[in-house]
Amino acid sequence: MTTATAAQETQTTYVDAISQALDDEMRRDERVFLMGEDIGAYGGAFKVTDGFFNKYGEWRVLDTPLSESGFVGAAIGAAMMGLRPVVEMQFADFISCAFDQITEVAAKNHYRWGAAVPLVIRAPFGGGVHGGPFHSECPEGWFFHSPGLKIVAPSTPYDAKGLLKAAIRDPNPVLYFEHKFLYRRIKAILPQEDYIVPLGKADVKRPGRDVSLITYGAMVHLALEAAEMLQQEGIELEVVDLRTLIPLDKETIYASVRKTSKAIILHEDNKTGGIGAEISALLTEECFDCLDGPILRIAPPDTPVPFSTPLEEFFLPKVSDIVAAARKLAAY
Amino acid sequence: MDQAVVAQDIKRSDLLDMYFYLRLTRSLEDRITALYRQGRIVGGVYTSHGMEAIAVGYASALQPDDVIAPFHRDMGAFLIRGFSTGEIIAQYLGKQTGPTKGKDGNVHMGDLKRGIIGFVSHLADNMPVAAGAALAFKIRGESRVAFAGTGDGGTSRGDFHEAMNFAAVRKLPVVFFCTNNQYAYSTPVRYQMAITDVVERAKAYGMPGEIVDGNDVAAVYLASRRAIAKARSGEGPTFLEFKTMRMHGHSAHDAATYVPRQLLDDWTTKDPIVRAEQLLMQLGYGDESYFHEVGERAKKDVDAGTEFAERSPLPEGRETLVGVFATEDEVLP
Repeated sequence: MTTATAAQETQTTYVDAISQALDDEMRRDERVFLMGEDIGAYGGAFKVTDGFFNKYGEWRVLDTPLSESGFVGAAIGAAMMGLRPVVEMQFADFISCAFDQITEVAAKNHYRWGAAVPLVIRAPFGGGVHGGPFHSECPEGWFFHSPGLKIVAPSTPYDAKGLLKAAIRDPNPVLYFEHKFLYRRIKAILPQEDYIVPLGKADVKRPGRDVSLITYGAMVHLALEAAEMLQQEGIELEVVDLRTLIPLDKETIYASVRKTSKAIILHEDNKTGGIGAEISALLTEECFDCLDGPILRIAPPDTPVPFSTPLEEFFLPKVSDIVAAARKLAAY
Repeated sequence: MDQAVVAQDIKRSDLLDMYFYLRLTRSLEDRITALYRQGRIVGGVYTSHGMEAIAVGYASALQPDDVIAPFHRDMGAFLIRGFSTGEIIAQYLGKQTGPTKGKDGNVHMGDLKRGIIGFVSHLADNMPVAAGAALAFKIRGESRVAFAGTGDGGTSRGDFHEAMNFAAVRKLPVVFFCTNNQYAYSTPVRYQMAITDVVERAKAYGMPGEIVDGNDVAAVYLASRRAIAKARSGEGPTFLEFKTMRMHGHSAHDAATYVPRQLLDDWTTKDPIVRAEQLLMQLGYGDESYFHEVGERAKKDVDAGTEFAERSPLPEGRETLVGVFATEDEVLP
């Protein structure tokens, strides 16, 4: 094997894909800079910016005081002046401290008075890592309801890199929810050349003709596992990975459901008022005539994310939930 | 302000310009209040009546490419940055020709090209934003300054403190101010904080602070100019507390019966326009007939602005759907 081939076949983890996207964009565009807690010399709680401080210096990799509202506000100001800040929330849970700046300032500035806010907020979200109620949350639903924001949630290293680059190049505030359960658990060979994954385009991760499963983030992998099992019993599950929650790729969702006539929506955010509820309502409005069964949702119960292993296992959706739901729908 | 100091430190033409903007602000806001009373303006009307010297003073001390995040009683800053009275009245009337094209009302207007960050009702929200603008200037090595403020009530919010702290830690080229007009809606300062002078808050952040007579346009101008010069030379942020009194209700609907009559009477004698006229007379820069002439000039401007705004079309209902997201060409270079 030649050296060149070996380099091409290096596997990149999900977390490294995120680091690579940041590094590429910082090299490509001097307007891009990073802000967040402990991202400097320490390299970030998850080491996403490891080595960046030495490479880019303290004014492009800014350690901030522990004040999410303050530094998100500052990022908004810098973005309006023409820079391209990428803010790291240490954990997505802490984004609640910056809720006002995100929903009232970043989201509304362009609509109100025409000021573009090219800002990215990276937020490591999700459970399965024994983080408990303050380090496992999926808060995307809060922002899904706020006009003016774009929301991204990649499931693979390829998408993680391409979507982050697209988010940084977007002239709007983008919330980038990266799933920390996936950080070092999944790997892929990524293209050597520069590429983006455009915002607003879903991806059919596995085609199938019987039941549509619409999901995003870490749940995509659960869905693919379930699809493999269902295949054994002759049920074809089509796995639609939304990738971007806003703008929502309604066409891909509708096309899948028009084909299968059956829909399950799976997410890790709790059930009530979640993204699944919205997609379910859209399907009822737009695809009612083609539905052969009820639209089902698989999501955690309406509780905080519990800490102890049996509790968290109970809380999180499981492959068996998907299999059961798909069997139920396939019977219609 | 001591007239000898003013004569030495402020150019005559600058002082006369400031006087004009004081009068223009008063005329414009009187007109807006009248339109409100006639039922032609819907929504809130928050005036700077009796506090005009603050925005006129600080905005006059800034350079054109500096950025302002005004308090909601800073009409003078918009006028000095070139917002016409026509545009502003159109904004209050919800017309298509207002700076927000009807998307937002009253003083909630901004324009990055004219260096004004649009006001957010959640007080102090724009203080971290202004710190971020200053951060951009510092990162790019530009000789620009951000100037941002809130009221006495706004200093109770976390964003005020987070902005003060962040700006001080990073020595950002920003000047923060508080318009201490003694009431946040109906709540007096004594129920807002356990200190008498807001400027004490600056000490906690290692930031120099100064109390300024907010009804003296020359004092506001000179204190702002000093703080701006420090920020521009890399010495970091300064906090200015402009002491003043809100002479009207919180909004035009509010009779402010909770404010003691005596307090208002005391402050009436300190009216910033009267104070400016006294100063100009002492310096020999103006007399009664000059003041009358300037007043007429301001009124004519506001008359023309009112006519423009009233002639302007309202937006079409479907414009509601336009502008949620920005396009790449709208990002500042």
